[in-house]
Amino acid sequence: MNDKHITLAYGSGGDKYHQLVKEVFVPAFANPYLQSLSDSALCSIDNKKIAMTTDSFVIKPLFFPGGDIGRVAVCGTVNDLAMSGARPLFLTTGMIIEAGFPVDELKTICRSMAAAAAEANVVIVAGDTKVVDKGECDGIFINTAGVGIFELPQELSPALVEPGDVIIASGEIGTHGMAVMTARHNLDFSPPIASDVAPLNSLVAKMLAVSGAVKLLRDPTRGGIASTLNEWADDIDMSIEIVENNVPISPTVHAACDLLGVDPFYSANEGKLLAIVDAGMAQEVLNVMQEHPLGEKSAIIGQVTEDKPRGVYARTSIGSKRIVMTINGEQLPRIC
Amino acid sequence: MSDYQMLREAHTIQSLRDFINDNAVRPCTIMEVCGTHTMSIARWGIKTMLPDQIRLVSGPGCPVCVTDASMMGTAFSLAQKPGIIFTCFGDMLRVPAGDKSLLQLKSSGSDIRIVLSPMDALQLAVENPEREVVFFAVGFETTAPLTAATINLANQKQITNFSILCAHKTMPAAIKALLPGSAVDALICPGHVAVITGCKKFQFVAEILKRPAAVAGFEPFDILLAIAYLIKDIKENAAHLYNCYPRAVDDNGNITAQEIIDQVFMPADGIWRGLGLIKDSCLSLRDEYSDFDAVKKFAPEPVSISDNPACMCSAILRGESSPEDCQLFDKQCTPEHPVGACMVSAEGSCAATYKYMRRKAK
Repeated sequence: MNDKHITLAYGSGGDKYHQLVKEVFVPAFANPYLQSLSDSALCSIDNKKIAMTTDSFVIKPLFFPGGDIGRVAVCGTVNDLAMSGARPLFLTTGMIIEAGFPVDELKTICRSMAAAAAEANVVIVAGDTKVVDKGECDGIFINTAGVGIFELPQELSPALVEPGDVIIASGEIGTHGMAVMTARHNLDFSPPIASDVAPLNSLVAKMLAVSGAVKLLRDPTRGGIASTLNEWADDIDMSIEIVENNVPISPTVHAACDLLGVDPFYSANEGKLLAIVDAGMAQEVLNVMQEHPLGEKSAIIGQVTEDKPRGVYARTSIGSKRIVMTINGEQLPRIC
Repeated sequence: MSDYQMLREAHTIQSLRDFINDNAVRPCTIMEVCGTHTMSIARWGIKTMLPDQIRLVSGPGCPVCVTDASMMGTAFSLAQKPGIIFTCFGDMLRVPAGDKSLLQLKSSGSDIRIVLSPMDALQLAVENPEREVVFFAVGFETTAPLTAATINLANQKQITNFSILCAHKTMPAAIKALLPGSAVDALICPGHVAVITGCKKFQFVAEILKRPAAVAGFEPFDILLAIAYLIKDIKENAAHLYNCYPRAVDDNGNITAQEIIDQVFMPADGIWRGLGLIKDSCLSLRDEYSDFDAVKKFAPEPVSISDNPACMCSAILRGESSPEDCQLFDKQCTPEHPVGACMVSAEGSCAATYKYMRRKAK
């Protein structure tokens, strides 16, 4: 790392974030579980495998159309467990609260966490609270950690992926990022863009029931689908080609992205997943997804290819092909 | 099908590609001067649709990229002053100068806020009467009217805790400075700027600089249509000005916007990153609005940060050199640590080349 100090760019899930993880955290904590750098670690105890994960949530504004920081904190951790193929069971939460924070808002956030946990069929079994001086944190920061049990015959792994496998998206992408960005900048869209934040574990369970079909799962949060696809291309050492016209994007999100000069491929999701699926079983997986309320708009958006140079490409609606790059730093509204 | 979708229709696009392919008879360099064109060309993979003979180069039309290091230094000084809320457009945060950026200052505690319009900054001033709000006014003829209207309103309402750091630039002066003697054969003129200035403002490119020019919109159809006209002129050794964006641009432009620019601003000499000092290419506040000039109001310490002399952005912006020719490229200068203008914006020539080159090396 060339920087002497951490900047916001290190937190946005792009190149800098990966540099931080690979150069600071991995060497410090080196162990076999950490090596895969997946959303959850699969740890063996006797002949059982448990999945563990943790995530911290810092969102401005705390409340936005479609959700709040509490709902995101529960769903984020549930989804990280689910993406490893595990069944989420127990969560803990830690809260760092700024002095002066309204109790009513705290209660609202907790109710929202409880509702999300019930929806995901998990329980919040332990917690911790710290209160800091005014100005030392922005309202409230929430951490959640989670444990799940892994019961599949085989771990989901980049090693399973072959050229020709297809990429499925579970619905309209980019919604959460644009919901938060439009709320942050007080842009009134009609209808307002509501976050997609939702627990995906029941959808994942249906997908995994199609035996051996799903090879990798990821919830494309920070950095959007572009970041997830680029990470996958690196992990599988193959290319990925997306057909832009097949990527579900709501017209309102499209309009908001055009207005703010951001690309929906880089906009965060909190209730969508991407899957790499065996081509022969893709239709069957797609059918079960479309029958689930959180997967009604699922679509095959691309496939794994052997194109060189390795990377992520998008086939545009006008017939050209472009590189879909990883993001550097936080996505910011542009003027030019 | 809406008009909008029509502009992205594959068979319409294909007929333009065929025309361009048939008429590209010699190697040529076409420059797009507008940052939004650069973004759109990358977004739609337009370079991959053109025959090898046509080289597209990005000009100095990204206002973020051409804001020079000493202006950034002044911004850093103001942003670090106690009591100031410093506001700017989002993409200014990452622009480097020396070893700093506004993003780094924000991380280390300066009160720097992203706004989408200068009016939002003025609103912040109204809501925070005990604080001073400074707006970093960046952009071409497209954003200058907004800043002018905001200053006008602040003046009428006598809002005294609002001021601007003015880095507005105007496009025609830069083109006049850049094009003569350059390797650029034809120009895609900035559609957004032309909405304000009118198409006629770019007549000099064809008449005086003897290069074909086309005012273009930002859909792939618009850009390919402009390239088709330019290629035809190049083939015929002609130089016309084409309005390929008639749904938004007319001859004379938006007179109201032009008038408010003239009311609040006057032309001034100014430095462009990568191009140096260009006469009458910038805007400064007229004397009667000097109360809104943050530099006069706060007298920030002059900061001298010079551009790295080894940086070849100037030659790259003129279409004379490629990113790989620069000794800083992929060494000191990377997208994470940009030295020059072309590496700042994600879609700048150097940033795009860097990404593609790295992929090939893998």
